[in-house]
Amino acid sequence: MIDYALLFAFGCFGIALLLNIYRVIKSPGIGDRILALDTMVVNAIALLALYGIHKGTTVYFEASMIFAMTGFISTVSYTRFVLRGDIIE
Amino acid sequence: MLADILISAFLVVSGVFGLTGSFGLIKLPHPMMRLHAPTKATTLGVGGALIASMLFFHFKLDQFSFHELMIALFLFMTAPVTGLFIAKVHLHRNETPDTLPPTSTDRPWASYESDAERAKIEEAREAD
Repeated sequence: MIDYALLFAFGCFGIALLLNIYRVIKSPGIGDRILALDTMVVNAIALLALYGIHKGTTVYFEASMIFAMTGFISTVSYTRFVLRGDIIE
Repeated sequence: MLADILISAFLVVSGVFGLTGSFGLIKLPHPMMRLHAPTKATTLGVGGALIASMLFFHFKLDQFSFHELMIALFLFMTAPVTGLFIAKVHLHRNETPDTLPPTSTDRPWASYESDAERAKIEEAREAD
């Protein structure tokens, strides 16, 4: 039963990632593009957690932790750059 | 058996929430509405996936890991910050003070208030 639920969750997050890529390529404004990239990071973390369940190993949690940190920093620096024209003032 | 049902339920719910968040990013008409969908629904979805993984490692493999809690805590702390910054990008690029709804006070939206105006108001408040 867990296998089917895992397959369903993989499918959902995979489709979500494809929708985010569509939004990054075809976006009405810069804010939506940043938001889509941020959502891509969150979906990738979910996929890494699911892959850890699938393989039965905890190795991938370090990877998702680093993903979470770099995703947050990159989103904040992108928005700072758009708002102020500079990242570190 | 009960653990199987619980883990499967968390996995399915997390998948539905994640897909809803990303679909809302495509579907909703206004930029502020589009900001609402991924910051809430997708964060909940990834939280569900992490809880499912924690339950799986506890019940199936008999090992307890704190990593999921760390990741969930980090995501739940950073999601509002990124949401605020993206909202500010939208306010400053696509809107002017005239196109926004009124604040019902004599002060403008905090994002548009200049430092000089804010200092004057603070001084007046301290003098009272």
